[in-house]
Amino acid sequence: MKFDTPAGRNPIDQGKVIGKPTDRIDGPLKVTGTAPYAFEQNAVAPGHAYGVIVGSSVAKGRITRIDSADAERLPGVIAVVTYENAGKLGKAKAHTATMLAGPDVEHYDQAVAIVVAETFEQARDAAKRVRVDYDRAKGRYDLAAAQADAPIAKGDKMKTARGDFAAAFKAAPVTLDATYTTPDQSHTMMEPHATIAAWNGDALTLWTSNQMIAWAVRDMSETLLIPKEKIRVVSPYVGGGFGGKLWVRSDAVMAALAARAAKRPVKVALARPQVMNNTTHRPATIQRIRLGAEKNGKITAIAHQTWSGDLPGGGPETAANQTQLLYAGAHRLTETHLAVLDLPEANAMRAPGEAPGMMALEVAMDEMAEKLGMDPVRFRVINDTMVDPEQPERKFSDRNLVRCLEEGARRFGWERRNATPGQVREGRWLVGMGMAAAFRNNMNMKSAARVGVDRKGVVTVATDMTDIGTGSYTIIAQTAAEMLGVPLDKVVVLLGDSRFPVSAGSGGQWGGNSSTAGVYAACMDLRRRIAQKLGFNSDDVTFADGKVTSGNRSVDLAKAAGDEGISGEDAMEYGSLEKDYAQATFGAHFVEVGVDAHTGEIRVRRMSGVYDAGRILNPKSARSQVIGGMTMGIGAALMEDAVVDQRFGYFVNHDLAEYHVPVHLDVPHQEVVFLDTLDDKTSPMKAKGVGELGLCGAGAAVANAVYNACGVRIRDYPLTLDKVLKGLATA
Amino acid sequence: MKAFTYERATSPAAAAAAAAKPGAKFIAGGTNLLDLMKLQVETPTHLVDVNRLGLDTIEASGDGGLRIGALVRNTALAADPRVRRDYGVLSRALLSGASGQLRNKATTAGNLLQRTRCPYFYDTNQPCNKRKPGSGCAAIGGYSRALAVIGTSADCIATHPSDMAVAMRALDATVETVDASGKSRAIPIADFHRLPGNTPWIETALQPGEMITSVTLPRPVGGTHIYRKVRDRASYAFATISVAAVLRPDQGTPRFAFGGLAHKPWRVEAAETQRDAKGIAAAALAGATPTAQNAYKIPLVERTLASVLAEGAAA
Repeated sequence: MKFDTPAGRNPIDQGKVIGKPTDRIDGPLKVTGTAPYAFEQNAVAPGHAYGVIVGSSVAKGRITRIDSADAERLPGVIAVVTYENAGKLGKAKAHTATMLAGPDVEHYDQAVAIVVAETFEQARDAAKRVRVDYDRAKGRYDLAAAQADAPIAKGDKMKTARGDFAAAFKAAPVTLDATYTTPDQSHTMMEPHATIAAWNGDALTLWTSNQMIAWAVRDMSETLLIPKEKIRVVSPYVGGGFGGKLWVRSDAVMAALAARAAKRPVKVALARPQVMNNTTHRPATIQRIRLGAEKNGKITAIAHQTWSGDLPGGGPETAANQTQLLYAGAHRLTETHLAVLDLPEANAMRAPGEAPGMMALEVAMDEMAEKLGMDPVRFRVINDTMVDPEQPERKFSDRNLVRCLEEGARRFGWERRNATPGQVREGRWLVGMGMAAAFRNNMNMKSAARVGVDRKGVVTVATDMTDIGTGSYTIIAQTAAEMLGVPLDKVVVLLGDSRFPVSAGSGGQWGGNSSTAGVYAACMDLRRRIAQKLGFNSDDVTFADGKVTSGNRSVDLAKAAGDEGISGEDAMEYGSLEKDYAQATFGAHFVEVGVDAHTGEIRVRRMSGVYDAGRILNPKSARSQVIGGMTMGIGAALMEDAVVDQRFGYFVNHDLAEYHVPVHLDVPHQEVVFLDTLDDKTSPMKAKGVGELGLCGAGAAVANAVYNACGVRIRDYPLTLDKVLKGLATA
Repeated sequence: MKAFTYERATSPAAAAAAAAKPGAKFIAGGTNLLDLMKLQVETPTHLVDVNRLGLDTIEASGDGGLRIGALVRNTALAADPRVRRDYGVLSRALLSGASGQLRNKATTAGNLLQRTRCPYFYDTNQPCNKRKPGSGCAAIGGYSRALAVIGTSADCIATHPSDMAVAMRALDATVETVDASGKSRAIPIADFHRLPGNTPWIETALQPGEMITSVTLPRPVGGTHIYRKVRDRASYAFATISVAAVLRPDQGTPRFAFGGLAHKPWRVEAAETQRDAKGIAAAALAGATPTAQNAYKIPLVERTLASVLAEGAAA
């Protein structure tokens, strides 16, 4: 199907299953430990060996010698694979650095070898005995030092402008010019990257943990230089990805090479430190924001310039994304610069662009509101826009930011906030409130599915969509149930296998809307086929209560399927509605924090938000997504910081003891409200992404609350107590 | 992890004899050692498992104090009614450390013997004099925000990560040991942990094989007990700094011991006669040599002391 005109009324609008808070259909498997994750797929790869990856101990240089003789002599060791014996490899276009180094080393902990042994312990010990000598080269690891020479990145919208920013900024009666920095961050998903690889002749199967099955097949094909048809990727359960599993990483490539060398299946999991330095991360940013406004608060000039770094050939953190769309203002400028750094590969992490971008823009808005003497909610309301401010002829498909702001303020008790910082004290705690808008772009991706009904009336959906903890299984089941008029327990969902039709996959918060739209298309195809088989006029057929009905004729769905069963398959593709209309998701975050007046420790006390993301397919799992995002926002604001050692070029604090993410005690009660909106220009589901929205702006709301609590404005994330103390000392 | 041999000790003296052999180490809770073995930061060739030796009771000592068996788990020690009543600072320190699961495994002796959390110690690619004598100290000039500000050396700026030991230092605990010959001795907690000097790999006064059998606490000193741990997240984080305080004891001056400042729990008794937070902090931190990244700890000590004193005054 092609979606190129706004959706009219369709079976999803019945809302019998869709839109109801629904427990995860895969929940029982997960809480009983019987959902097999990649490393646990023992049954499918009998007789497997274990592989442990050896990472480079230098960040940049050249391998001069590899001596694996000691390792190979150890009991149980089967093979050691390095660039010297791996055979010819390609580099996938999606990879910035290669998955196997040699002779050049591009970053710290880049794979230089894999050791295969009978047991994990043997492999891990032997991996330590592979001696690799390097000629260490001088690398570039300091973004601030590289900033001055960093050009505008290649690609769309890396530089945008409208009007005359410089003149308008100069003329504005109230201005702000501030620079913010965000640190490198690690995905730190619970399940590290893991793969079991097995060869059958020249055909390869990978049981892995991956967000994008078709991309995984493509990238393995480009790396191993074998046809895509010879590669099967299976990833039914994923223990979190956050963008770190958008592309196959060294676990998959090295497992495949190891299995080829060992002539048997090999399983590989990355250790936690490898997740931080061997894989990708969200790059640090430097962001300069300038705002100019009339005294009545109307923004006249807005500029957002950002800098991030990546390995040669890599890409930028597009932290100016939201500034192109969020607020009105006639004179505008955005620039996205990219420096070359020799740190591990920078790449997408949950809400790439907006996550760090909103941490800067929404603090700048708070600072500007204060300069204007205006309430921060009000300042945002009066600068709302219903059109793309860079292309005013382009309207938003649906935009309810103001409702989110006002409803959020009311629910939170925003009117009780004291606008003067440092005025509210409870015991040793300075208490403050802060808010920020939430904004994340909406993207739609082509997505296909196959849907069948068997003679018992059981509906089976197959698509290579992934469930990375988000709840895809359940919303897909809800969609099929709604479309075919069956209860949820009559639907079986099969995901994450490259033998299934190619889906949108999980990324960029496009998975929920796009994959269910693909299932919608397949269900429409199936409905047509069933109607045709029954000799019904497909225009007036209804599917409800397990029956197919047309006029006064009604047939059980099971009977309609017959002994052979019947199936349909289709993809949802998108026309120009995304270009014709700006499509985005909106919200408002409200946060109360306490700052210890003595120690500068910050603790979040209350957090709530109102969100506008079109139809909420499953309010229960959508809420989980949003509170997860809000929690990540707390982490981004207060603690997450992959610290670069500028001498050695790597992330030093590479484990979960030293790289902090929020723990339960850091996260207070979170209130989540969804507006009951529908967006008919996104898909027949009338839904939008919601998985990343909860993160975008949450960190800024925390930072603004910290300022309100103690009067210390910190523009260098994370807001750690040492920075608070410095501010308190000079306040 | 390197392959190792393993035995279960049958008595403390036998354990000490077994552990005196080169390459041998005790294992109790294993909450730190196993991680270090996986990383090959620790590479023992022989493990002496002491978990079945008993030594897991808390008993009255002869002089009105408490004798805590070396294998009493952190959870049990923190929950003991006598500890909660008479040594509140110790219970609070324990409960501020690690997580419930770790405290269930971690032992009293093992807690004293845990290794530093310096990130360079944990990465075998980097120089570290503590891990590999003579290789250098990557932390000096590197990421040192969490590291020591006082008692450091040109070879090492690591901190001791324990909360429990800081409270024990404030309480003047004594570490009791036995050696391979069956001879026992008592080591004041003040002398138990060492400063790094030019031998940062030697962290305690224990001789090879010498085994901790118990820790004794002197008779209760009364007063108000406070443990304030300042940290970057609300739970499951090592202290940036911590203060173990006994205010208004039945006799003598108040007591203050500090965590997160040094290679050992830091206490300067002479500072305890000072009247206010500023004076105590200045005396306790005299001669401090912080790095640019951890200089914040100096004012933080004074500020935290002020908070502790205020809390104590209100108690």
